[in-house]
Amino acid sequence: MSAPVYNFAYLDEQTKRMIRRAILKAIAIPGYQVPFASREMPMPYGWGTGGVQITASILGPDDKLKVIDQGSDDTTNAVSIRKFFVKTAGVETTTKTNEATVIQTRHRIPEQALTEDQVLVYQVPIPEPLRFLEPRETETRRMHALSEYGLMHVKLYEDIARHGHIATTYAYPVEVGGRYVMDPSPIPKFDNPKLSDSPALQLFGAGREKRIYAIPPYTHVKSLDFEDHPFEPYRHDAQCELCGAMNSYLDEVITDDAGSRMFVCSDTDFCEDRRAAGHHGPQGGPAAAATKEESAHG
Amino acid sequence: MYVAVKGGERAIDNAHKLLADARRGDRDVPEVSLDQIDNQLALAVDRVMSEGSLYDRELASLAIKQARGDLIEAIFLLRAYRTTLPRFGASEPLDTGAMDIRRRVSATFKDLPGGQVLGPTFDYTHRLLDHTLAEQSDVEEPATAPAEAGRFKSVAELLAGGGLIEDDDPPAGDVGDLTREPLSFPAKRDLRLQNLARGDEGFLLALGYSTQRGFGRTHPFAGEIRYGEVEVEFFAEDAGFAVPLGSIAVTECQMVNQFTGSANRAPCFTRGYGLVFGQSERKAMAMALVDRALRARELGEETGAPAQDEEFVLSHSDNVQATGFVEHLKLPHYVDFQSELGLLRKLQAEFHARDAHTETPIQDAAE
Ligand SMILES: [Zn+2]
Repeated sequence: MSAPVYNFAYLDEQTKRMIRRAILKAIAIPGYQVPFASREMPMPYGWGTGGVQITASILGPDDKLKVIDQGSDDTTNAVSIRKFFVKTAGVETTTKTNEATVIQTRHRIPEQALTEDQVLVYQVPIPEPLRFLEPRETETRRMHALSEYGLMHVKLYEDIARHGHIATTYAYPVEVGGRYVMDPSPIPKFDNPKLSDSPALQLFGAGREKRIYAIPPYTHVKSLDFEDHPFEPYRHDAQCELCGAMNSYLDEVITDDAGSRMFVCSDTDFCEDRRAAGHHGPQGGPAAAATKEESAHG
Repeated sequence: MYVAVKGGERAIDNAHKLLADARRGDRDVPEVSLDQIDNQLALAVDRVMSEGSLYDRELASLAIKQARGDLIEAIFLLRAYRTTLPRFGASEPLDTGAMDIRRRVSATFKDLPGGQVLGPTFDYTHRLLDHTLAEQSDVEEPATAPAEAGRFKSVAELLAGGGLIEDDDPPAGDVGDLTREPLSFPAKRDLRLQNLARGDEGFLLALGYSTQRGFGRTHPFAGEIRYGEVEVEFFAEDAGFAVPLGSIAVTECQMVNQFTGSANRAPCFTRGYGLVFGQSERKAMAMALVDRALRARELGEETGAPAQDEEFVLSHSDNVQATGFVEHLKLPHYVDFQSELGLLRKLQAEFHARDAHTETPIQDAAE
């Protein structure tokens, strides 16, 4: 029983070709979910296998990879995925958004605008935006084919009737290039505006559900809404305590048993950059690059 | 002062070291060997090979050891390894009629050619904890009898002669492989059977059981269950004929199900089929029940029970997929949770503001 030798970026070349074909088809039909023969990866389904397979298929030896989860490079699963590619592809990694050529993400779009030289790879749990309205794949595929999206509008309208707002705060459905309704993955709706007309290629991989879809660069992406109830991006009534940012997505941190809380940027690279540039919030000293070593007891 | 948390990488490394330590346990207790797992936990190895879709006892034993006896984790390990293997093609159909039988029972005929062979089975044992096994056991050699030569037709084959049971000619063309092509619906029977063979034993058991309790009743008889070794052959293009690759142990179940007929089909018995690696009658029988239940639409029967719902069954049978997605809830979701918190606070504020403006009559206490 000798240890197996794995190909560059783990997947064999034949599998990569199959995935690249699915990616090309996805780019050709923006927002359309392309079925692909998702492989069983050495990490669990639901933990980013779709994103990992896309990244493995597009990664070259000269790429620089950034992996984030919840906007942070240091969350456990982001660390695990980054290590996987360091081990299997030996590529350079970075936490700097502007230095990365490929960024794999779960649940966030970086605050800093992306460029034409970058690809953003999303990990997707449930690719079907209609899934919780209609559980059957046979039905939802038909609905997409016929652009039959009335059910989705009814759902959003019912929210307004009941709550006065659309009560979807993440995985907020979008229409891509005027045709397919698409699930942008569970990003907060705060991030939705960044999906549209992005210079970067955006690829979405759902491993367990075996689907790949894409938003090509400079594609118009519209968050679903109504004329009298236009899409409202989420706003925090707070600023980052560390860097003072007023316009970034914030994590709420509970700081004591009495329930005291504070807000800090979810995008850790963005926050660090701002502090390095001299910005600071109520609690962040200038260039507070000081970081705490988590007590590493596992 | 609050500072961003770092150090995830070191924490992960340390967690893995702790796992290795827990796996090994008390160093004074001898370490379990792969041979011991293979020989003495053979049915666990069988299950891991079956649902892991890879017939390799040594690797399955390794997976069980690595997984600390968590069989779904072991199945996952074997699957992930299997993905990296080259695929040469499909074998010739197994001839289970030519099986080297270790066990064979029929519930439909008292006796039949080849006879009933009980083999190694828990059936008819009294489920009393055997305390003699707590110590080193001294097991006597089993009784043996010379194997009967020849090919034992299955009950389904025996019935086929009289036209009492539906034909079961395999469709022409290549068999599908859902590990190479994504499954789509409706799925053909080859893919359904592949899905069920890889499916979680507990899930299929519950579904099969539900059909017996009336949720998609199939009127089953265990026509035959057999377990033993069969030869696997592969058609070699170069040689121009099928060459034997070796033999594997499988359990096969042929259910014989009542069928009342439809507008264009005379009443006859129908089939449900189960086949798994190694010895697992529970899984093979459950698989056969579910296979038959999934044929309801094809046979023009009433549908609507969970076990008859192809998309429901096939989409949820895989325990590697299921465990991944259920357990992914452990991953951080604080970005989305934050969005929900924000909305909830807003809705509550609006609710209370509205409440303060409307005069609510005092409710009658008796209401
Ligand atoms: Zn900040």
